[in-house]
Amino acid sequence: MKVVKFLLSFIITIALTVALSIKIQSIPPLGKFLDPFHGFWQNAETLIPEGSPSLALEMLEAPVSVHYDSLLIPHIFAENETDLYRVQGYVMAQHRLWQMEFVTHVAAGRVSEIIGERALEFDRMQRRKGLAYGAENSLQALMKTTLGQVQLEAYAAGVNAYINKLTYDQLPIEYKILEYRPESWTPLKTALLLKYMADDLSGSDSDLENTNALKFLGKERFDFLFPSRSMDAEPVIPPSKKWEFKAAPLDTPKVVIADTSEFIMQVMDQPDPDNGSNNWAVAGSKTRSGKPMLANDPHLGLNLPSIWYAMQLNAPGVNVMGVTLPGAPNIIIGFNDSIAWGVTNARRDVKDWYKIHFTDASLDEYYYDNNKLKTQKRVEEIKVRDGTTVFDTVTYTHFGPVVFDSSFPADSVNNNKRGFAMKWTALDASSELLAFYYLNRADNHAEYVQALKYYESPAQNFVFASAAGDIAMWVQGKFPAKWREQGKFLMDGSTSELEWKSIIPNNHNPQVLNPERGFVSSANQIPVAQNYPYYVYDDTYEHYRNRRINERLGKMRNIMPKDFMDLQNDTYNLMAAESLPLMLDTLDIASLSVEEKEVYDLLLRWNLYNNVNYKAPSIYERWWENLYNLIWDEFDQDGIEIQKPDKETTIDIMNNYPDDAFIDLQGTTVVETLPEIVQESFSQTVKELNAWKEEHEEEYFWGNYKNTRLSHLLRLEPFSIDKLMVGGGRSIVAANSQNHGQSWKMIVELGDQPKAWAVYPGGQSGNPGSPYYDHMVSNWSSGKYFPLLFMKNKEQIAAGIMFRQSLYPTTDTEK
Amino acid sequence: MRFIFKIILIAGLSYLFELFLPWWSVVIAAFLVNLWMPSKGFVDFLSGFLGVGLLWLIYAWLIDSDTASVLSARIAQLFNMPNASFMIAITGLVGGIAGGFAALSGSQFRRIFIKDEPKRGYYS
Repeated sequence: MKVVKFLLSFIITIALTVALSIKIQSIPPLGKFLDPFHGFWQNAETLIPEGSPSLALEMLEAPVSVHYDSLLIPHIFAENETDLYRVQGYVMAQHRLWQMEFVTHVAAGRVSEIIGERALEFDRMQRRKGLAYGAENSLQALMKTTLGQVQLEAYAAGVNAYINKLTYDQLPIEYKILEYRPESWTPLKTALLLKYMADDLSGSDSDLENTNALKFLGKERFDFLFPSRSMDAEPVIPPSKKWEFKAAPLDTPKVVIADTSEFIMQVMDQPDPDNGSNNWAVAGSKTRSGKPMLANDPHLGLNLPSIWYAMQLNAPGVNVMGVTLPGAPNIIIGFNDSIAWGVTNARRDVKDWYKIHFTDASLDEYYYDNNKLKTQKRVEEIKVRDGTTVFDTVTYTHFGPVVFDSSFPADSVNNNKRGFAMKWTALDASSELLAFYYLNRADNHAEYVQALKYYESPAQNFVFASAAGDIAMWVQGKFPAKWREQGKFLMDGSTSELEWKSIIPNNHNPQVLNPERGFVSSANQIPVAQNYPYYVYDDTYEHYRNRRINERLGKMRNIMPKDFMDLQNDTYNLMAAESLPLMLDTLDIASLSVEEKEVYDLLLRWNLYNNVNYKAPSIYERWWENLYNLIWDEFDQDGIEIQKPDKETTIDIMNNYPDDAFIDLQGTTVVETLPEIVQESFSQTVKELNAWKEEHEEEYFWGNYKNTRLSHLLRLEPFSIDKLMVGGGRSIVAANSQNHGQSWKMIVELGDQPKAWAVYPGGQSGNPGSPYYDHMVSNWSSGKYFPLLFMKNKEQIAAGIMFRQSLYPTTDTEK
Repeated sequence: MRFIFKIILIAGLSYLFELFLPWWSVVIAAFLVNLWMPSKGFVDFLSGFLGVGLLWLIYAWLIDSDTASVLSARIAQLFNMPNASFMIAITGLVGGIAGGFAALSGSQFRRIFIKDEPKRGYYS
């Protein structure tokens, strides 16, 4: 009996201990997780971060000191470059390890390993995009250069030095929740991170959607609804720029569009169309200090932990400050003693699709000119958590990967004959890391130009200013030289006629130095005017932010940093200015209900700023959306992937072609006119906003209605922040929409000693248990900045240094 | 007294073990103490429950007040709990249950090898 009693309680004890040590479905191992000595409680941090003030690291050659300022920004002082990158990796891992590893898992299509089968189709897509393949290509190229190899290996050694001494209690909280451990960092992971950015910023294309639209509309109608250049576009490079070179002639082939007998039902998910940025620089002639000033704010998904991390890097030959991408060495956007630089996305169609004619269903060979070419098969091994390993064979042609075939996507409706290969510059070998290495050390315009030669993908508009007085803009990337409309539609992959013939030489890329107007600026608009010798196309050129910025910069004199801050926080809605008067004029006021009349009056009195405490922006945004959808209801085709014309074209048609056939609604027998659908969409808007008000139990002030939020990468609500009262919106200089916006706002005033101000939506620590997880958020949303502490050297006695960390090499005797 | 002494002993040994070993070391601590000092039935369970439970509860509470509940409030939300205090309570409860069963097994294991003492007290 005693034995039975014992066995019973002993079995319960063992079972309980095991159950509390393993993850059951989405619940973390409770005993392990709740244990206050090792579990989640250990991730709770105090305001003064704990951490060993001095630390022996085997990898180091000489002592390195890290000074953390009051914003928890590390200032790293190393005696040689290799140590600098080692410690950059170490410090980065210390604050953002989980994030940097997770993002590389996303790029590599390895999310299923962490969260299980529900990520399988996502992983397959990532692998069919070829990001890992592209990362391997880049890695090979980088590892062939000493400089690339040194940086990548040093950085990885730093991250690993941190990982290797991590015990369970110190693991970032996400590892504890999901119950897994970080693996070693490798140079490949850094390459993956850069390809992840390339996908985010150059992954957009509409070839397949355009092909459907062309089939649906015919060429004439397509050109009318999807013009390749808007009438009043203001290119990045001022139209006054003369081009002193000619493009090599290209013969346009006779048949350019692949024969597709049916509509394409499946396309790739597009990155956020709002991915973009603002940057500008003004010459000393326009500033109060007489020195150039520069501003940059990249617009990306608003996530936590934040995409950026601020840092200063100092070693012999380099002293640079700015932001880095967790996972990659160097400063990506920033300044040093002599120069400042920033980036915006330089959109261009660098992804094209080719219809492959396979010889048979094995996909082993395809027709090309008069030959049969062999494909390469890459077997993707996807390990699913707690389950099986899934193998997916991706066929590679000489163009690139065949993304869609009979086995992908799994729920594909119409897949038998499809074989679309993707050609994309992001999959080529490239060495962006070297560009940043040299930019970090550049002293003048010539060195900036030299550094950019290493930069290929994703293409960026590099703004530049120097203490010597120069301002410049360079549209840098790897751009194929195309004949007119090459790659706008799906192309036939069976002939060499339709291939990219050459890459635009680097020195032919659009650029300008010290233009007459005294400023340079870019905000994702078309890069050049018609006179540029090469064909330039993208379907996503921005049309409003850039013109507002140019208008404001054109008027500014005696500019001070405050003026730049005001411009970055500018909420003027130029799109509303160009469409609302027409919408209001078209409305039949006499037929409005009392309620509708009140809403109408709000719009009439609106000053066109998207401020958080106004209701008018919410009304306009909703009304515009409803009206737009009514106008383009013809495009709501079941299952067919097709895009609607863009905003500026819609406004142009409303103004100049109000009787266009598409104004009419499809579902009705009568022919609607523009005033009728304006009226209908307005009534609908008032109803919807009232419903919104009841549902949310608050007024639809723009701040409430827009609800800007920062989402944790795992979409865990308690680790996210919502209801940020921040103005602006899509197509507005302060480009903050619901979950997308200004991910880093930086202003630099050059001079004998550069001065800089910055803020980003998040905090230096990636740990939700740290007060530094979100310590910059309130300043960010209220439009305030932090002055950055840029130290001359480590001896500089700086107020605001919170604590120091000295890292020193392990001597042989200690080993 | 013996009961209170046992609780303190379990808590102390658990604390020591936790410095070097993973969470399940508290299970061993509660087991060992009761192996050495068995009591009866529910009292055993309670000694492990309170020994480990209180240790975890108090330690969690200390961390929570040191760090202004920043993390515990977020984790509470993650577990659909109203506030950080519930996280402290659950921490104590889970530690307590594990400690309780371990303590019970410890003393029952011991009792296999010892003869029943003559029954004491008035509640037999």
